[in-house]
Amino acid sequence: MAPAGQPVRGFGRDGMSTNGRRRQIHLAAHFPGVNNITVWSDPEAGSHIDFSSFVHMAQTAERAKFDFFFLAEGLRLREQGGQIYDLDVMGRPDTFTVLAALAAVTDRLGLAGTINSTFNEPYEVARQFATLDHLSGGRAAWNVVTSWDAFTGENFRRAGFLPLDQRYRRAEQFLLTTFELLDSWRGDEIIADKEAGVFLTDPDAGAFAHRDELFDIAGRFNTPRSPQGRPVVLQAGDSDEGREFAAASSDAIFTRHSGYSGGRSFYDDVKGRLARYGRQPDDLVVLPAATFVLGDTDAEAEELSRHVREQQVSGPTAIKLLEQLWNRDLSAYDPDGPLPEFDPVAGENTISLGRASVRMNKDPLGTAAKWRELAEAKHLSIRQLMIEVSARQSFIGSARTVADTMERFVDERACDGFILVPHITPGGLDRFAREVVPLLQERGAFRAEYEDTTLRDHLGLAPLP
Amino acid sequence: MDRCGPEVPLSPGLFLGVALDGTGWHPASWREDAARPTELLTAGYWTDLARTAEAAELDFLTLEDSLGLQSSRAAFHDNRVDLVRGRLDAVMIAALVAPLTQRIGLIPSVTVTHTEPFHISKAIATLDYVSLGRAGVRVQVSARPHEAAHFGRRAELEADDLFGEAADYVEVVRGLWDSWEDDAEIRDVAAGRFVDRSKLHYIDFRGRWFNVKGPAITPRPPQAQPPVMALAHSKVPYRFAAAHADLVLVTPTDAGDVRRILGELETARDIRVLADVVVFLAASRPEAEERKQRLDDLFGHTYRSDALVFTGTPTELSDLMAGWADAGIDGFRLRPGSLPSDLDAIGNGLVPLLRARGLFPEVPRSGTLRARFGWPRPANRFADSGVTA
Repeated sequence: MAPAGQPVRGFGRDGMSTNGRRRQIHLAAHFPGVNNITVWSDPEAGSHIDFSSFVHMAQTAERAKFDFFFLAEGLRLREQGGQIYDLDVMGRPDTFTVLAALAAVTDRLGLAGTINSTFNEPYEVARQFATLDHLSGGRAAWNVVTSWDAFTGENFRRAGFLPLDQRYRRAEQFLLTTFELLDSWRGDEIIADKEAGVFLTDPDAGAFAHRDELFDIAGRFNTPRSPQGRPVVLQAGDSDEGREFAAASSDAIFTRHSGYSGGRSFYDDVKGRLARYGRQPDDLVVLPAATFVLGDTDAEAEELSRHVREQQVSGPTAIKLLEQLWNRDLSAYDPDGPLPEFDPVAGENTISLGRASVRMNKDPLGTAAKWRELAEAKHLSIRQLMIEVSARQSFIGSARTVADTMERFVDERACDGFILVPHITPGGLDRFAREVVPLLQERGAFRAEYEDTTLRDHLGLAPLP
Repeated sequence: MDRCGPEVPLSPGLFLGVALDGTGWHPASWREDAARPTELLTAGYWTDLARTAEAAELDFLTLEDSLGLQSSRAAFHDNRVDLVRGRLDAVMIAALVAPLTQRIGLIPSVTVTHTEPFHISKAIATLDYVSLGRAGVRVQVSARPHEAAHFGRRAELEADDLFGEAADYVEVVRGLWDSWEDDAEIRDVAAGRFVDRSKLHYIDFRGRWFNVKGPAITPRPPQAQPPVMALAHSKVPYRFAAAHADLVLVTPTDAGDVRRILGELETARDIRVLADVVVFLAASRPEAEERKQRLDDLFGHTYRSDALVFTGTPTELSDLMAGWADAGIDGFRLRPGSLPSDLDAIGNGLVPLLRARGLFPEVPRSGTLRARFGWPRPANRFADSGVTA
């Protein structure tokens, strides 16, 4: 149920609601990540570490009335072929520290952090999110990730790794335990009556006890209830278990299905899982990651998009991307020459460490066969092929074309909005905010002003019980 | 070339900081008229205090923290409802106030006993980035069984082990800060290389409590090595602090005790020793005593502390500070009995008096937190000495 006074999110496929208000698009800004999508070689590219870059992008997103700002995280520098991977942007500041600092220089923008459930403890994570929610006045969100590899574990006390089938189990238990901690304060205990000398109404405030096969903890949680009660929970898993986990316990899902038809079927799939958990379709907001290139005309944008992909896939990067599929050293190959004659090494990928996209490729031989066919048909070198097969940006065109397309995706239920992934730091969102957002606002498809203060409200999520 | 700072001349006078915790250090301070106990969980409360401390031209502020609900008992939770309970994460409060202040050093407390050195290292490095070189970190151990139960990983440790683990922890945190050389990021467009990986280093730490591989995910912070602070009261912590901290907080009772403690902290390392004192300040001594007595009555006991509890005028406090300075103390961390009143008295009363006596610099110290303590930006432990490829 939407709270009283809020627009009800019940809309037909035509995007119009019964009260004539357009179906609303949700927009988030993803700070550029540590992969080759982020172009560091461009003259416009600035620091990925200096706080001023984070301030620039977050304040741009807030001026444009975005729902939230998003930080990714990886807890070990990537390696390939036994060496630290040196071709992409690398290095990140600490998530909670940056988000707390951004809370000081923004007012309404949601602040979402990716935090791992394997290499943290519930007590600490619960108080960090509760603190972020207090300091931001109810704007905290948690993208729960479950990476489990021994490679990352080498940086932590909890150095062991989890077998695949246990990672969602741990994530579920971690999330549940964190919720128990956050719920250990109802929110009305602190009265601080100076005259009567009563600070707390309840001597048991914060009491908790949780015991399962993974966590055995008890005591007093020390951060009282925050404005949202809990952070908004995002989840990015795409496997069957991942989708089920999101349907059971997430408020939003961050998906890579940014295309129209893939988006439609993903959307129907995950929304269809909600009833099982007693949840309504609007209780889970579906947000694909979306890259974009804008031009004055569609043709100019197409041309620019090609240029960006060339920047994203340098000769050395093309070889490294090919190695990730071939699962062996190809450093002797010329990026401007043809593909290797032999097939990828089957089995576990050992060449690339710390990269989720590589683990996700289930059929390297099949992919290689397709690539070979494409390269032969179009007479492509390795680099040309890698540019060809590297994902085209999700949205390419003039501001009007991009606004039209985004609106259609949301109206026709391919998604509820987008997490935009700019390819330049820190100015990569500027043009979108300047040109596309006003068009969406004119059409009534995106808020012109913030109507509420908390992120739950921005996302149209019902208040917690 | 590693970027080393020039030698920094040590500015004359005492170092002066304030320890922020809740509504002040007296347990009944929340009942003072000026106290804001319902705002302890808000950004506005901490921003106001940090700005007041900065306006007082203090060198640094510290933020207390713990991984358990406040308790008057060391071993378990006391169930009291008449005292402040609940707090926010100190590193995140420091991060919040960083962009809203320009000069003051920010030193949050972290508990090393139950946390990950990898996470804390990058959190403090990031605090250094967001504050442009004003971060420090106060490390503390937890021997409290009820805090161990919040993590459930292991039973509490003995004192020697707690400090042994803390020593390893600080070593790892510092090693990770150095795991990127300053010029590791090269952005070599022609070669397509973003970093020079020969300037990234595995720390390969192996110890009894944890192993940490490295490198950090966060590049070397602006100060390279943000100052590490530790509070110490006895032999084992003195040994730990002298060997691993840069700023050592101690709790002398008088000038003679200052000399004794400084003797115990003998080390070849270039450390600064600061005395902790709880302060209740007023324009006259009877007024200060009356206020302290009123708070004690509300509390039901005489407030005692690990540090000296001073009750009197700013002039009397400056006398005490002058005497301890003669005994060799480098500075003070004052714990205000009540906030904001005792912090206001430090800024409006004490600081001008210390200046008049030549005990505090006329021009507030500035630059990085390290620089104001007289430490240059250090060379990187992993960098080849003086030779670059």
